[in-house]
Amino acid sequence: MSPSHTEVWLSRSLWLLASSAVALLLLIFLFLINESRLAVVDAHWLRFFNSPGWFPSAGQFNLWPMLLATVLATVGALALAVPMGLAAALFVSFFAPAPLATTFRRLLMLLAGIPSVVYGLWGLTVLVPLITRVAPPGASLLAAMLILAVMILPTVALTSEAALRTVPVNYWRGGQALGLSAQAILLKIALPAARTGIVAGVLLATTRALGETMAVLMVAGNVVQVPGSIFDSVRVLTANIALEMAYATDAHRASLYVSSLMLTLVVVAIVLLGRRLEAKQ
Amino acid sequence: MTAWRSLASRRYSDHVLGALVWLSAAIIAGFFVWLLADMASQGLERVSWDFLTTEPERSGRRGGIAPMLVSTLVVLAITFVVAVPLGLATAIWLSEFTRANSPSAAAIRFSLDVLAGVPSIVYGLFGSAFFCVWLGLGYSLLAGGLTLACMVLPILIRTSEAGLAAVPDDWRQGAAALGLTRWAALRYLLLPAAAPALTAGLMLGIGRALAETAVLLFTSGYVDRMPASWLDSGRVLAVHIFDLSMNVTGGDQAAYGTALVLLALLLVVNGLAIALSDRWLARRITHA
Repeated sequence: MSPSHTEVWLSRSLWLLASSAVALLLLIFLFLINESRLAVVDAHWLRFFNSPGWFPSAGQFNLWPMLLATVLATVGALALAVPMGLAAALFVSFFAPAPLATTFRRLLMLLAGIPSVVYGLWGLTVLVPLITRVAPPGASLLAAMLILAVMILPTVALTSEAALRTVPVNYWRGGQALGLSAQAILLKIALPAARTGIVAGVLLATTRALGETMAVLMVAGNVVQVPGSIFDSVRVLTANIALEMAYATDAHRASLYVSSLMLTLVVVAIVLLGRRLEAKQ
Repeated sequence: MTAWRSLASRRYSDHVLGALVWLSAAIIAGFFVWLLADMASQGLERVSWDFLTTEPERSGRRGGIAPMLVSTLVVLAITFVVAVPLGLATAIWLSEFTRANSPSAAAIRFSLDVLAGVPSIVYGLFGSAFFCVWLGLGYSLLAGGLTLACMVLPILIRTSEAGLAAVPDDWRQGAAALGLTRWAALRYLLLPAAAPALTAGLMLGIGRALAETAVLLFTSGYVDRMPASWLDSGRVLAVHIFDLSMNVTGGDQAAYGTALVLLALLLVVNGLAIALSDRWLARRITHA
């Protein structure tokens, strides 16, 4: 066997194995669409938005309250985690003395690795009772926002820190030479120079928050309603799937697949957005 | 950056920014301590040798977590036996056998980006429809492991590809100049050189797989007996924590005990992987 023959064979079989990623994505879409079909065969797809409510046994599948809860919980979590995460990144990159910076970075990595179900357990037994004291029932949109914020903060912090590290040293030297204050150099030069990496990290954190299931399921109370305040109990899309999948049949089961198809399409949109921003840079 | 650290802050605004950043860091560190203190104070008295080696009684309120440990290990083994070869092959093809902008590579990279963002519960639904129903595996450790393999695949590929990309091009040119085939260059040069990064990626993947709950709820299931084969349903540690805290009144203490065991496992996995990759690096590269 000639060496070139082996090479070609190796390259082709590796290509075949590598294509399995594309095949897997197609397979996931195929199965989600196929399982969703049953929910729209005898009704219009608008039933997911204009039914009187989420009453699966009556054939009413209004996903709107859960879709809204997912979006609100994610936005709330980002509002907390992005500034805190950026501050943590600045702390590691500039403010902390070197040994403390290393320790703090390890701590962030540890926090990133804690299982969501452990965050959920802690939220359920510690955070929810605390919120109950302020405003019952405790298991609420606020609890979901806080737990999600804690979970995505390490992602924002670690990706922003990595992005800040790639900012050329000459940028600060230039800032210093111009007599700019530390605050001006950090906020007007360093953060803008690292913005592509930071935005990519925030988008990653967004997909994690949208898709998080267990922790939110454990602390949000899971009442299907449009929340009047952050102390109201809510049910997010992912939690709904986890709660009802075990016993759902027919159109009910299909509508759970519809909601997972929606989530996946949102992820595709976020990935496309990230790629466009990266291409612009 | 060190030049930066030495810059003395003289202005009021600098002190305000500095104070805010230090405050944020203190809040994060304080939260970490709070979380660990709660875990330890509520879980530690529950963890013992008996807890690790006996079957649960009364839905887990009493007894141990032996079946969950076994289920977790079986699911992990299946996941990585499937995902590691597939992930490594993909990473090798992407970094060594194709141009970055070829249509195939672009399609694969896009798929990986999307797969990495797909929520775990969606993998669970897919696994339930594909592995459990369509392939007829039912609720089983095998179906759970295969679904989990789909989920960790993008993580393994990304880290492996980054590891291979970090090997300097000089080495590839040197190997080519010596007349090494690409297979030999991979086997004896590139893979050993990238080994620490590959192991670190594997560690990340194992960590994510150990932590996963939503994927396994509807694929490997809830059954808390000792699994007799990989076609049996089994409950992994993370699902056990979920079930104890949500569905079992008075199960919180056992849930904290299980969470402590899970966290310890995560720490051991990370430590082992780091030690292994260090030794591997020392042996292969210094001799090369």
